[in-house]
Amino acid sequence: METALAMPDLSPALAEIILAVGAMALLLIGVFRGDGSSSRAVSSGSIVLLIVAAFAVISQPDGRVLTFGGAFVMDGFAVVMKSLVLAGSAIAIVMAQGFMARENIDRFEFPVLILLATLGMMMMVSANGLIALYMGLELQSLALYVVASFHRDNTRSTEAGLKYFVLGALASGMLLYGASLIYGFSGTTNFDVLAGVIALNGMSTGLVFGLVFLLAGLAFKISAVPFHMWTPDVYEGAPTPVTAFFAAAPKIAAMALLLRVMYGGFADAVFQWQQVVVFISIASMALGAFAAIGQTNIKRLMAYSSIGHMGFALVGLAAGTPEGVKGVVIYLTIYLIMNAGVFCCILAMRHKEGPVEEISDLAGLSQNQPMLAAVFAMLMFSLAGIPPLAGFFAKFYVFLAAINAGLYALAIIGVLASVVGAFYYLRVVKIIYFDNPAPAFAGPMESEIRAVLAVSALFTLLFILYPMPVLKMAEGAANSLVPTVEAAEAGSEEAPAVPAESAH
Amino acid sequence: MFGIPVLSIITFLPLVGALVILMIRADEEVEARNARWTAFWVTAITFIGSLSIWFGFDKSTAEFQFVEQGEWLGGAINYHMGVDGISMLFVILTTFLMPFCILASWEAIQTRVKEYMIAFLILETLMIGVFSSLDLVLFYLFFEAGLIPMFLIIGVWGGARRVYASFKFFLYTLAGSVLMLLAIMAMYWQVGTTDIPTLLAYDFPAGMQTWLWLAFFASFAVKIPMWPMHTWLPDAHVEAPTAGSVILAGILLKMGGYGFLRFSLPMFPVASDFFAPLVFGLSVVAIIYTSLVALVQEDVKKLIAYSSVAHMGFVTMGIFAATIQGVQGGIFQMLSHGWISAGLFLSVGVVYDRMHTREIAAYGGLVSRMPIYAFALMVFTMANVGLPGTSGFVGEFLTIVGVFQVSSWIAFLATIGVILSACYALYLYRRVVFGELEKDTLKNIKDVSPRELATLAPLIAAIIFFGVYPLPILDVTAVSVDNLVANYTAAVEAHEVAGGGTFDFAWAGFGR
Repeated sequence: METALAMPDLSPALAEIILAVGAMALLLIGVFRGDGSSSRAVSSGSIVLLIVAAFAVISQPDGRVLTFGGAFVMDGFAVVMKSLVLAGSAIAIVMAQGFMARENIDRFEFPVLILLATLGMMMMVSANGLIALYMGLELQSLALYVVASFHRDNTRSTEAGLKYFVLGALASGMLLYGASLIYGFSGTTNFDVLAGVIALNGMSTGLVFGLVFLLAGLAFKISAVPFHMWTPDVYEGAPTPVTAFFAAAPKIAAMALLLRVMYGGFADAVFQWQQVVVFISIASMALGAFAAIGQTNIKRLMAYSSIGHMGFALVGLAAGTPEGVKGVVIYLTIYLIMNAGVFCCILAMRHKEGPVEEISDLAGLSQNQPMLAAVFAMLMFSLAGIPPLAGFFAKFYVFLAAINAGLYALAIIGVLASVVGAFYYLRVVKIIYFDNPAPAFAGPMESEIRAVLAVSALFTLLFILYPMPVLKMAEGAANSLVPTVEAAEAGSEEAPAVPAESAH
Repeated sequence: MFGIPVLSIITFLPLVGALVILMIRADEEVEARNARWTAFWVTAITFIGSLSIWFGFDKSTAEFQFVEQGEWLGGAINYHMGVDGISMLFVILTTFLMPFCILASWEAIQTRVKEYMIAFLILETLMIGVFSSLDLVLFYLFFEAGLIPMFLIIGVWGGARRVYASFKFFLYTLAGSVLMLLAIMAMYWQVGTTDIPTLLAYDFPAGMQTWLWLAFFASFAVKIPMWPMHTWLPDAHVEAPTAGSVILAGILLKMGGYGFLRFSLPMFPVASDFFAPLVFGLSVVAIIYTSLVALVQEDVKKLIAYSSVAHMGFVTMGIFAATIQGVQGGIFQMLSHGWISAGLFLSVGVVYDRMHTREIAAYGGLVSRMPIYAFALMVFTMANVGLPGTSGFVGEFLTIVGVFQVSSWIAFLATIGVILSACYALYLYRRVVFGELEKDTLKNIKDVSPRELATLAPLIAAIIFFGVYPLPILDVTAVSVDNLVANYTAAVEAHEVAGGGTFDFAWAGFGR
């Protein structure tokens, strides 16, 4: 073991270091060059930085590496999730440029804040202890609170930021309380040691309490019911590119963290956390489906949609098996890309006077802009999970895992919720295709948004033809997080046992 | 067979056609004309191409033919296509009806022609895929994906209440299907594959069969549709454009029956045997009740829709009788109903294009202005009634014979349905065609155009030819049906010998 004074191995955290240094450098550049001219340059710089960080992540050696006294872990799972997070952040910055310029809020702090949030998310993904977990989570959250209220002259945006902050602080408090309980009853903050303690002594009542509080805090971050209340307001109030960012990258990071905690530290407590996860999963799917029906604002609709989607992703988590992890990773990957496409479409919704957000503004889009309409409708069908689009496969793999784990009731409720959910997606399609045209949207889409939309649409449509790369990637991530029995025998030392059984 | 992937070519040719139409860029008039012609030629070529699987079909084996396999989702879920005696004719039926759908939409559809033709071609690909896929996940994919184009066809080009009808159609079918998806997953974990031939050979535990059967039933009973899950059908039929109704009645409904034949009966024989009385009950109710409902309809399309439900009652009854005659009759009835309902809806489309109303009361005495039309409608009506010499008779007769071996009472009740179908069909025919031509609006109505005749004549030919000489069809299906029924009977008997009979409804039977 390394002593406290020895320099820890920095190479596993190379991407984080690049991001942290780069973000600060960009901040300095922005400050010294002044506001007017620098925002575009800083944006481009931050995209380059994200790409460099992605390379640093991908080039990490295979296998599980611990550093910083075991608090930071780098493995195949972290590589995949970090790549997704970086992609989500980069897409958000790309999408934001035109919008921010048009709204006169194109300040250089925005990309820097996104970078800092991304850094926090990457810490979350790699956290192997309660302290690292909290550190990453707070870095992410504080940056997000600020970007939510980035349109500071707009009351709705500031309201969104404030609301997010107050509720987020409450959730952080709960999480911290849970963490302290876990530490108190197990004597460790490290997940590997925690897993050992639980395997040895079982779950004490105090640990169960700590687990529940921890889950509550994390459920807030993925906006799962009953901790979802902030989502619609924040989604509606925040500037649209920020909403697009909120809907993807932070959710992925928080879900990765959830997987890491549940499958790592609490691997032998499946029985305890499974019930909780099943409940929040069902509640999220149901609320996401029913509450979205009455929405008239497309961003609020997407907020409820994201609540529902997190519910579906939790179905995979609830399974408690490697198949479940695989399902969640596939789900998040596909969700990230579909979501980017949908928000590109929403960004295209603007009149001369400014952006519009009512669903009814989409009326007859199929006659004004047939291509945009077709893509929008396709993404809606995909979000609803209709084959042959990518969204179907996302749902397919999480439910496959749930059936394998014997969670029949969860699976049945889940698919029925997806039918209810299909209704409101269909309603958007109906407005686009069946209704008489409303005034056309102004102006051509920016070329960068067009590009993101094209990639998203092609992925959604053509996933069926060549699904293997994503499936293989997810399988690799799942196996590195939850080593199967053969893999455990073959090598990796501190691998927790397959948590499929709850034999106590 | 020829070393080339015939089935895949037939399946995806319409999709290629849709892409070609997508590329057409011209002013609206030219674009519409090109889209129509392209769609017509693509469907016609697909039909001609599909005949090659009929000619190349080996009638002496129950094995799957024209099999193609390829890697897809990894592991045990693969791209696997093939047809046997049960599915082959449905492929032909699909490709056969499509050109008529395009022709029927030639003048009726004037707005967004390009999108319309694309939707139809995509739909054709998906429908052929349903009948020729030999992997459950692939099957489900085609089965469900068909909802998207049909939803748009009803919703964009439909009648006044099109939004309601399209939503109802979509959500009803989806709700049924998602349960089937879960059953597919359970089968995957049980057997380790979704390969249909492997699953057909697998012996599912009796307790598990019950649940799987119910899940599949939820999907197919909505699709075919059986009473009381039929209420989406009249709405969808009434609002859909003519060609949409033809596809709905002609092919989409058959997917339900095909599903029963391909999955429920052979994969879950014990459960099928257990639930057969339930199916008989629902079928008889469908036959009698919906016939009575059809009798009082004011709307031509609604009447035909209810009559479709009644006729599908014969199909489910015949299939679950699980005798050779019953199953043969079920298949024949589905094919025959494919032609008859297509003919009826096309006939309605002919007058609807002229009068723009589907009210029965708006017509009357058409025979004096439209003799050819009156003749065509008469053939379809008589076939719908099941007059000997038409294909409708063969199907109904065989199913009733098949079910008679199981229960003479059910056969008796089904026969009442035949009488009732004569009542509503002849009543409709009299009100539309006979009587004095009194209404001013009808005074100048023109008889069928050559284009319309071209859509009706082949259907009339098929109905009469196969009504008089059904052997070409029964020959194709015979070996596969014999095999299916033999396996079914063996499985049910084996279960009874093993002390079955009572049913283990416990969750335990469902686990791994």
